[in-house]
Amino acid sequence: MTISSLTQLNALTGGLFLLSTFGIIAMRQILGCLKMFVLQSVFLAASALLLGYLHLSIHLFAVAAITLMVKPVLIPYLLRRTVGNEVTARREISQLINIPTSLLIAVGLTIISYFVAKPLLSGAVGTTTGVNLPIGMACLLLGAYTVTVRREALPQIIGILTMENGAFFAGISIAPDLPLIAELSAAFDVLIIALVMGILTRKIHERIGSTTVSDLKTLKEV
Amino acid sequence: MISRIILNLLQVIVVMAFSPLVKGVLNRLEAMVQSKRGPGILQPYRDIRKLLHKEEVVSEQASWIFRVTPYVVFVTPIFVTLLIPVLTNYPLFFAFMGDMLGGGFILALGGFFATIAAIDTGNPYGPMGASRTRMVGFLAEPVFMIVFFTVSFVAGSTIPYIVQEAWVTPLSNFFEPSHVLVMLAFFMLIIAEAGRLPVDNPSGHFELAMIDESKILEYSGRGAALMKWGGAMKFFVLLCIFLNVLVSPWGLARGDGLLEVFIAIPLVMIKIFVFILFLVIIESSIAKLRLFRIPEFLGAAFITSIAAMIMYIF
Repeated sequence: MTISSLTQLNALTGGLFLLSTFGIIAMRQILGCLKMFVLQSVFLAASALLLGYLHLSIHLFAVAAITLMVKPVLIPYLLRRTVGNEVTARREISQLINIPTSLLIAVGLTIISYFVAKPLLSGAVGTTTGVNLPIGMACLLLGAYTVTVRREALPQIIGILTMENGAFFAGISIAPDLPLIAELSAAFDVLIIALVMGILTRKIHERIGSTTVSDLKTLKEV
Repeated sequence: MISRIILNLLQVIVVMAFSPLVKGVLNRLEAMVQSKRGPGILQPYRDIRKLLHKEEVVSEQASWIFRVTPYVVFVTPIFVTLLIPVLTNYPLFFAFMGDMLGGGFILALGGFFATIAAIDTGNPYGPMGASRTRMVGFLAEPVFMIVFFTVSFVAGSTIPYIVQEAWVTPLSNFFEPSHVLVMLAFFMLIIAEAGRLPVDNPSGHFELAMIDESKILEYSGRGAALMKWGGAMKFFVLLCIFLNVLVSPWGLARGDGLLEVFIAIPLVMIKIFVFILFLVIIESSIAKLRLFRIPEFLGAAFITSIAAMIMYIF
């Protein structure tokens, strides 16, 4: 395969990655959010594979392998185990801002991130950075937006994981030779974050009977 | 010159002749997925023939709009057919009379007449369906525009015959992210515009849940036949724009010869049937959306088209 076609495939992966990030915002049910997150992680791994082939970097192959192992498989499994049937419940998540408006705000954030990334890209070496950096930044912002807007604990966890995915997506194109130890620690960090938050959510659910964050306004003594 | 006019008219004849067949195959396939036998694929032709022979009943309260509308709905897809590539790869005689936006306006004119005709008779279900169609329509409008602007921006033209070449030369351009996203957005648009399943249930017989169908409830005889035929042609034209311009501009006639153009007919029909198979799979696997969830569906389409535009510009 030639370099240009690899770059193009990477751009396509980037587009689908962005689309699945929008999907996390557009979904009404927790299970849908989780599925979109899994899809997004798969696209992240695909992009890492393509960039690894392009830069001939073994580290990026390791990133792809770790991502494929941790994010689409282990994290959903852990969340299911710790949080229980709250994940699979076909219940609608309450939201501060309704979904069409959220999607418009998401588009605004994406355009902002493209504008912010543009001056940074003038000194960029590789052509793939032009795709990965703005999309990664957009994904970071959209994850933060999800955390802000969603009123329940689990989608907020997914929002944080989305931010992490975005940072990785930008990172693999900026620093293809990142030491493996950093990647490993990041991957396990995410795993631990998901585990701790899952257990915390379960505890909250046991105490209060719901995971709606907006109900947790006052301190309560038992 | 003369041959281009003849080919242009041939396109119109093909659209008129084969559009009920597409509907018939679609209905048959859907029935088969639901493990029923379903009506034969020629059923829409029989329906239209039967209705053409029946007496037409028009309410005394109805004005001229109600009488004129079937003809407008029937004629507008024919005009759009003159502008788009149905069989040939090169521009035909009328190709430069209007661009893609012009075609969109002509289709919108038919929709406009159908809407006011539904309000005209005072049947309670008509205005309800009409206002719902308008709701879907005005939400679909921005997606339509962004898709067309992106496509014309890429090709440097708004004439569909010129646009179709831009995405596939070289072939790797097909996988351009903006192209994939535009295809996705336009697919969602077709579902909304043609009243297919996640937005509207075309085979439903419950008046309160109808969106598109309730507008022709009041028609009978020749009016109903023309409305149905016009609806089938509109669907066919939308599929032609989607498949021949955006997705797969292959299999169209390249030369002027009549034989080549005739070979293009089965090739185009094969493309349409493959797409219909795909559509049936999607329609059979998802449930109809609630009415107030339709903005979310079209919002998602809008986002997709905007993302396509952003990814192309930057």
